[in-house]
This record gives sequence, C-alpha cells and structure tokens, in this order.
Amino acid sequence: MKKIFASTKGLTDRPTHYCPGCTHGVIHRMVGESIEELGLRERTVGIAPVGCAVLAYEYFNCDMFEASHGRAPAVATGAKRSRPDLILFTYQGDGDLASIGMGEIIHAANRGEKITVIFVNNAVYGMTGGQMAPTTMPGQYTTTSPFGRDTAEVGYPVRMTEVITQLTTPAFVARVSTHTTREIVRAKAVIKEAFRYQAEGRCFTFVEVLSTCPTNWGLSPREAVKWVEKEMVPYYPLGITKRPEDFTEEWKDGGH
Amino acid sequence: MPTIDVNIERCKGCERCIDACPQEILGMSQKLNNKGYKFAVMVDEPRCIGCSQCAIACPDVAIEVYVEGAHYQFFQY
Repeated sequence: MKKIFASTKGLTDRPTHYCPGCTHGVIHRMVGESIEELGLRERTVGIAPVGCAVLAYEYFNCDMFEASHGRAPAVATGAKRSRPDLILFTYQGDGDLASIGMGEIIHAANRGEKITVIFVNNAVYGMTGGQMAPTTMPGQYTTTSPFGRDTAEVGYPVRMTEVITQLTTPAFVARVSTHTTREIVRAKAVIKEAFRYQAEGRCFTFVEVLSTCPTNWGLSPREAVKWVEKEMVPYYPLGITKRPEDFTEEWKDGGH
Repeated sequence: MPTIDVNIERCKGCERCIDACPQEILGMSQKLNNKGYKFAVMVDEPRCIGCSQCAIACPDVAIEVYVEGAHYQFFQY
C-alpha cells in the first residue's frame, strides 16, 4: 500500500480549534504544503493575526510570531528588512486586514515588501461573534446588522484584491476560493506560485482566499459552501489579476 | 485496491468529503467520536477510485489515501 495523500510536515499534529466546516484548515494545509514542497520550511517565519487564526502558531510547523491587530504586514516588513534571507508570510482575516489593518497592508504593498500575504475573506468577524466586517455582503445578516447590511448606510463591501491590484508596485495579486475541490486545487497552485516569487526575491505577493464561516452565517457547512458559490463568487470574481511582467508559462504550476 | 483511512478523532463531521466524493461512497457514522461529532465512514469500499478529492476537501486533515500498484493521477495537486 502506497500512501498518496497524508498530512504535511508543514503542519503540526495538533487538531485545530476551528468550527466544523470552517475552511481555515484547508488554507492552513495549503500554506504548509507549499512551504514544505518548495523546501522553504526551515527558513520560513509566519505572522499570525488577531481573529479566528490567532492560534495559527500552534498549527504551522515553522517559526511563528503573533502581531497586534492588523499590524502583521508591519511586523513582516521589519523581519524581512533585517533578515532578507527569511521567507515571510502573514495570515490575516478580513477583520484584521481589511478593517483595522488597512493602512499597514496598503503601504506594505505600495513599498513592494518581498512578503506573501494570505488574506482569508469569510465576510464576517468570526472570533468576536459574527459582527459586520468591511467585506460583509449587501443584505447579509450579522449580529451588528440584524436587518441585513444596508448599503445606503455603510456602503458596499471592499474588494481588497482590486484595491491592491490598482497599485503599481505589487506584481502578484490573486483571488482564489475553497468552495469546491476544484477551486482548492487551483488555490494550492496559486499559493505555491506566490511563495515561489517570494523565494526568488521578486515581488510583493497577495492571495485572497474566499472562506466559509458556517457558525456565524447560521448555515450548515454544506449550505455555507453553496452560499459562497451563489453570493460571494459573483461579487468577488476569482482569478489572478496581476502577474510579474516577465511571466512565462513554465512558471505556472497547474491551475489557472 | 485504493482505500482511505479516516482519523476518527480529527473528524468534525462537516460532511464536505461526502459532497467531494465523485463515487458517492462516503457517509456519516451512527456513532459519535470523543468530541461528540459523527464522523465520516466509507460505506462502499470496493468502489473507491483513489482520487483523493475527499482528502483535499477535508478541512481537518483527517483523511489519508492509500493505493496499491499502478495508479492513474486524475489531476496534479
């Protein structure tokens, strides 16, 4: 018997604390597999955010650092500038990156820091109890918008990938999803490509991953997956929006 | 013959593997694990084709996939 799929060395053996059906586990696994397959794990430092992934340092089998709320790109900037040989990634949610950490991410991207940002977008503040986030969909019920998000009062959701894309400096910006196995396979290829660009010292890389939050959406895990496909994907179009100018097909690692 | 091994104590019963399986041979158990979740079981083992889609979709890395002999890779992961 040959084992063709097993847990990766990039993750520890500890079971995660995430709710059933939360795709944080899938994204953790894709990041762990990417750094392990590229041979970067021994010199990788991850920056954990504040949010549901606040305990990410328990699960990634590499050096981890816990930043204050939203400041992960700033911490990664300092670490990368003092030790350019390290591989830095930040793992942030939408409340962390798109709300309180908006200033940090925009300027880290605009300076072109050679780091990888994994942005997990689940359209709600997960850890604090399901409050409205900047990425909450119009009409979505949350604990702070019990009648649905009113766009006349609080505006429309922020499309972070498009915001980063319109900056001139960052060269690899993509949005992927985890709602089907097919999309997970594509997402893995995109995340691996992002880490490869960083290992080559090439550019700032930003990958947004659409995720599910069955608990705070009030849906079962299977319904939550369908909700992502029906509501989120039309508003947050998937795909790679920006690639380095000298991109050639042989760099591509399957997927898009 | 391909087969999968579900780590019962890691499974949280989200049923994503059931939707992912193209052969539709996965189901939920009637028993509970130590955390109180129903866990995934294979109900029709001889029909498994070893595509590892259940393991890729699993958020808790609870599934390992084993194959025997020559095996066709349906996609690159």
